[in-house]
Amino acid sequence: MRISEYFSLPKVSSKSYKVWQRNKDVFMKDIKLNFLPPFLEPLLYLSALGFGLGRFVEDIDGVPYANFIAPALIAISVMYASFFECSYSSYVRMYYQKTFDAIIATPVTIEDVIAGELLWGATRSMVNAAVMIPVIALFGLIDIRYALLIIPFAFLGGLLFAAIGMCFTAVTPNIMSINYPVLLFITPMFLFSGTFFPLSALPLPVQYFAIAFLPLTHIVNGIRLIGYGTLEPVLLFDLAWIIVVCAVLLLVSINMMKKRLIV
Amino acid sequence: MFGFLGPNGAGKTTTMRMIQCVSPLTSGNLEIFGLDAMSRPREIKSHIGVVPQENNLDMDFTVYENLLVFSRYFDIPRDEAERRANELLEFVHLEDKKDTMTESLSGGMKRRLILARALINRPKMLILDEPTVGLDPQARHMIWDKLRSLKKQGVTIVLTSHYLDEIEKLCDRLVVMDYGKILVEGSPAQVIEKYVGSGIVEAEHNPELIDCLEKKEANYEVIGDLVHIYTDNPKQIAEYLTMECSLSKLSARPATLEDVFLKLTGRRLRE
Ligand SMILES: Nc1ncnc2c1ncn2[C@@H]1O[C@H](COP(=O)(O)OP(=O)(O)OP(=O)(O)O)[C@@H](O)[C@H]1O
Ligand SMILES: [Mg+2]
Repeated sequence: MRISEYFSLPKVSSKSYKVWQRNKDVFMKDIKLNFLPPFLEPLLYLSALGFGLGRFVEDIDGVPYANFIAPALIAISVMYASFFECSYSSYVRMYYQKTFDAIIATPVTIEDVIAGELLWGATRSMVNAAVMIPVIALFGLIDIRYALLIIPFAFLGGLLFAAIGMCFTAVTPNIMSINYPVLLFITPMFLFSGTFFPLSALPLPVQYFAIAFLPLTHIVNGIRLIGYGTLEPVLLFDLAWIIVVCAVLLLVSINMMKKRLIV
Repeated sequence: MFGFLGPNGAGKTTTMRMIQCVSPLTSGNLEIFGLDAMSRPREIKSHIGVVPQENNLDMDFTVYENLLVFSRYFDIPRDEAERRANELLEFVHLEDKKDTMTESLSGGMKRRLILARALINRPKMLILDEPTVGLDPQARHMIWDKLRSLKKQGVTIVLTSHYLDEIEKLCDRLVVMDYGKILVEGSPAQVIEKYVGSGIVEAEHNPELIDCLEKKEANYEVIGDLVHIYTDNPKQIAEYLTMECSLSKLSARPATLEDVFLKLTGRRLRE
């Protein structure tokens, strides 16, 4: 496969909705269990870090520590939800459960399957955000008037991390190897994307690196701006970064998976 | 009903996957229902039902849900899908297992459910890759019955199997393939007739017998300590051998597809 083929437009049809629907139906079977983490995690993090640790931390850029980390918690959940959905979970469906094999024997094509998986990953992120927003708003940590805007933003961010996860699924030799991108990419991002302390505390070159290459930076920043109700122009930059990278990675991830699966 | 025979690794599954439009062709062209497999996979796949070699039921769902979820991929409306699912569960005798998760089904039940799933779109063509592997005789007979009744309803059936009796019983035409190439084609009777004759005489191997056969220019093969003599007239040959070559341990039997298969593809084990 030549490099340019990884960027070619895959023929995705509305049938990908059926694949999305399949995953949604499985999700709904355990809906209570699936809703628990996004409900519980903000409570735990906010008590321990926001209000516990926060008592010893000065205001950051004029906001109390709990208010500072609350939007980041949503962003982190957006990242984890779709990344894990489209890495470990997609790999299990592809390799162990042979779900994809069964589906492509029907009029649904492999491109539809991957697109459906990506959309589902993004949906998971959006659902998590939607559950977390009222919990966080209950503490008065985000501006509820703008909070609804976070939901479509979470979908977009989810799509980005779904595509990233899917790229790793396409190349991983086995399920254990997905631990590498988690340890080397996702975990550092969790800590160094302006999540628990501002980017400005980092050395300048690292700041630039984070802005250029760490997707979570833009999602944290975006959700923070929306959550505070301060819709500044810099939000457009974050949005543009996410849209461009997301579009490219969506193409690449579908083509990479196609290459892996068509034999 | 059309059968594909061949040793392990001959390329049967690969051929089935090409017919299903999931594996690409590297050369040549392939038409199904008069449609080109490479350019119109969606249309072709909407009229095909597949029983794959490896079970791939959706383990996140129950038996009944498996059929319903699958029906959505074909855009079958919900109430029609429910009707068909109930019908098909009855057809493969799994009504009692409707709400069981597929993981806890036995191997035979899984195969039956896959057959039902393959029929959810009322296919014009059914592709079965070793449909009865690992099944007990009852389950095999049940599947055969179902296949015959589908054939009567006008469904084209394409089948691969290592059970040669299965192919011999069910198929109207067959091919034997090896290393991706077709070796023979025809009806089971034709193929047997053409390659081994209608009967076989089995005798113990000894040099005297070989001399005798050489003299008569007989069509024979030495297999370990047995000699197979291919003939249209096993009785006569058997009698002749007992008289002329003074042999005692002989048996005559009709030839089967198994003899053709082994003769064409050799006896060496495949990796
Ligand atoms: N026409 C062909 N040309 C080259 N390679 C082929 C061809 N057909 C199949 N192969 C290769 O042969 C291997 C085995 O093929 P396949 O799985 O189709 O065998 P099979 O007949 O189904 O075997 P089994 O009886 O064990 O299921 C595969 O790796 C496949 O890529
Ligand atoms: Mg096979």
